[in-house]
Amino acid sequence: MTELSYAAIRRRKTRIKAALTGGVSLILCLMFVLFSQATNKNQNRSNTLAISGSWEFTSLEPSKQGYIYTRMNILETLLNVDAKGAMIPGLAQAWQSSADEKTWTLTLQPNVLFQDGSPLNATAVVSALRIAQGKHGVLKKAPIDEIRVKNSQQVEIVLSQPHTVLPALLAHYSTAILAPSAYNKEGTVTSLIGSGAYLLETFEPPHKLSVKANPTYWGIKPSIEYAQYLTGHRAESRILQAKSGEADIVYTLDAAMLEQLSTADNVEVHSDAIPRTLLLKLNATHPFLAAVEARQALSLAINRPTIAKQVLHVSEAASDQIFASSMGAWYLDQPQEDYNLEKAANLLAGLGWQKDAQGWLVRDGERFHLTLTTYADRPELTTVATALQAQWKQLGVDLKVDITNSSMIPSGHADNSLEVALIARNLGVIADPVSLIANEYTHGGGDWGAMNWHNKEVDQALERLTTQSNSEQAQRDAKLVATAIYQEKPVISIANYQQHNAVNTRVKGYQFDPFLRDYFINKMELVDHVDAH
Amino acid sequence: MWTLIKHRIFQLILVVWGVGTLTFVLMRNLPGDMAYRIAASRYGQDSVDSAAAEIVRQELGLDASWWQSYAHWLTDLVQFNLGKSLVSGLPVIDTVQHQLGHSVLLAFTGVLFASLIAIAIGVLSAFRQGALDHGFLWLSTLLRSMPVFVIGLMLILIFAVAWPILPVAGFGTWQHLVLPTLALALSLAAVSNRVVRNNTLKVIRAPFYQFAAIKGLSPTQTFIQHGIRNISVPVIAFIGIQLVTVIEGIVMIESLFSWPGIGHGLAHAIFARDIPVIQGCALMMGILFVLLNTCVDLLCHWIDPRGAQS
Repeated sequence: MTELSYAAIRRRKTRIKAALTGGVSLILCLMFVLFSQATNKNQNRSNTLAISGSWEFTSLEPSKQGYIYTRMNILETLLNVDAKGAMIPGLAQAWQSSADEKTWTLTLQPNVLFQDGSPLNATAVVSALRIAQGKHGVLKKAPIDEIRVKNSQQVEIVLSQPHTVLPALLAHYSTAILAPSAYNKEGTVTSLIGSGAYLLETFEPPHKLSVKANPTYWGIKPSIEYAQYLTGHRAESRILQAKSGEADIVYTLDAAMLEQLSTADNVEVHSDAIPRTLLLKLNATHPFLAAVEARQALSLAINRPTIAKQVLHVSEAASDQIFASSMGAWYLDQPQEDYNLEKAANLLAGLGWQKDAQGWLVRDGERFHLTLTTYADRPELTTVATALQAQWKQLGVDLKVDITNSSMIPSGHADNSLEVALIARNLGVIADPVSLIANEYTHGGGDWGAMNWHNKEVDQALERLTTQSNSEQAQRDAKLVATAIYQEKPVISIANYQQHNAVNTRVKGYQFDPFLRDYFINKMELVDHVDAH
Repeated sequence: MWTLIKHRIFQLILVVWGVGTLTFVLMRNLPGDMAYRIAASRYGQDSVDSAAAEIVRQELGLDASWWQSYAHWLTDLVQFNLGKSLVSGLPVIDTVQHQLGHSVLLAFTGVLFASLIAIAIGVLSAFRQGALDHGFLWLSTLLRSMPVFVIGLMLILIFAVAWPILPVAGFGTWQHLVLPTLALALSLAAVSNRVVRNNTLKVIRAPFYQFAAIKGLSPTQTFIQHGIRNISVPVIAFIGIQLVTVIEGIVMIESLFSWPGIGHGLAHAIFARDIPVIQGCALMMGILFVLLNTCVDLLCHWIDPRGAQS
């Protein structure tokens, strides 16, 4: 029986009050704990540059998400890259190779201090490079015999064979130089101490970090006191952050949404070409794809301008070659191949393919059926895949689209189960694309490049490009490789990417790095004027 | 009551084992090579190749048999060790704590606001039948038919762009909590206000309620003395269920508002095949599910002890 008395009623009331107080206190405590971890209270709109991008970060290791830290000007590399891909000084003011091109000497900038006050010298650089060499990254794959101290300001890298792309490797984020105190005994980064213009202030993976100007920076002194990076997963919220003025710079806007910014007079949109290409990787030993004419026919049956305009929303992005116009000698200055279904059909007819009553191409009783593998990490890939399915259907090719995860492409390459793959490949991962091209287009190809495609001239040209530094020969070899890929189509290019970024008008000195290594925050200024926020 | 608590503790142990095992089995059976997926999340897709996958495979011992991995996980679990993330290398407990704290805060505030809205509208609709009730029914249907993502976008457009008083996205201040809470609350209240309305209607039409009015109590006295308690049980049970589903299912809200919650973290961990994080998140959600259900049951039992007596 329920007890009924004044005492029981009082107890019940007390319990109700306690439960309510407890609940409210719990929420308040949670709010206090979570909000007390918030960004430094000194940060405000007038002294903080707010950046929004789509990239998450979970680790302090340069080999993992080092690009976030070089972009935010926390970490620096020995060499840098200009917008045209040429090497320029970084923490090293000069670099030169020996006559046999097997020993590289790098001379460090004088009077550089790490963010913990320790000096940047050859010992610290050698230690950082050796640690980077032991982790996944570009140095691990380079033919390096030894990294050693020559004197306090010079570092020597000894190679087992000439490797012309070494300077470009030293500009890669995975080779960023950290202070000795940044690592523990095992070489794991425990605190992010670099030499950049900004110090790491708060680190809240995977979404938010903020940096503070480094007063002892050796280069161009930053004028903006703080900068904050926030991961915005949705393109919809990123564009609204730009429009509202909440974010000063928003990277990687969706082209389809740019129209929304046309009425915002506080925002400028910058569209820049980046060396990322949308391409089809073809298995050259597949019975239907082994003939060059078959691959050429498939290329002719792709309506690139339509895909570029309707899916990528950038008409000028259509491209039939994998190298963008910004890639110097690798780019072939020639008119673009036209969409020509009739020519494509003739090429396939020459290989014995005829249309059946349903309109499918058939040879020896077998239908021209292919499986295209792609992944959903980039939303445009699935749409382009289905567009290709429709376009190739007109040619009579029965294309099955398999949307899976990106790991199926390298693993399908390894076990030769892949037929066709649609990928978005960044050819500017390393500023000089030679080593990437050599990995992916020689001796049968690589995970994200050609597959079972052999061309001795290309192998030899890339061997020369990797080991010899004769610039005229290098130009000729680059053209030779680009022409062979264009003509024999081990991969079929569909479009080159453009990156769209929104910049608030209060930001002065905005620059864009097509190699996505640097946001140049130390070269920017914030000007005071009335804004939306 | 103690029987209930003991029963729930036993249930909790079963849930922890069951959820962890199920997650383990499901993740092991997903298509694709785990090493490549983990490498893609660690090093970025552009830096993934066979060499990176091999490094990951060697480092994490991915070639080990399933039973070895399972036994390893189970041994760790018995020692209350959730392991380290395969992607970041950070302890899973830290990641889960960070994410769960934000999710619980968002879920609690969302459900709290939803309850306030739902109770006010639901009771009003029940007492003032007619046009007002129909109006709220239409509004509820409209809000419920909209994905929570769209409600969030509309709120951003109104309160962050057109009338810029609140931030679009982010976390760290109370202002950042307002719009995601409101989006969530509107979406939840769209259903719960109808539950409140129906239960209120059921109670106020019940003979005992009409008798209370006839015996001379004022409408307010009748509602406070005989209405609230009778309406509360089904409403609290419903809100309890909502709270659990909210903690699990606010991925879209978290993504839209860049809120570092467990739903979003879990989705990313699944893409990355970060099994320890997936197991950690799933375990925490399972535990939370049992705890919240226990709280709701205890609350309902306290409000209406008749069930237990019978």
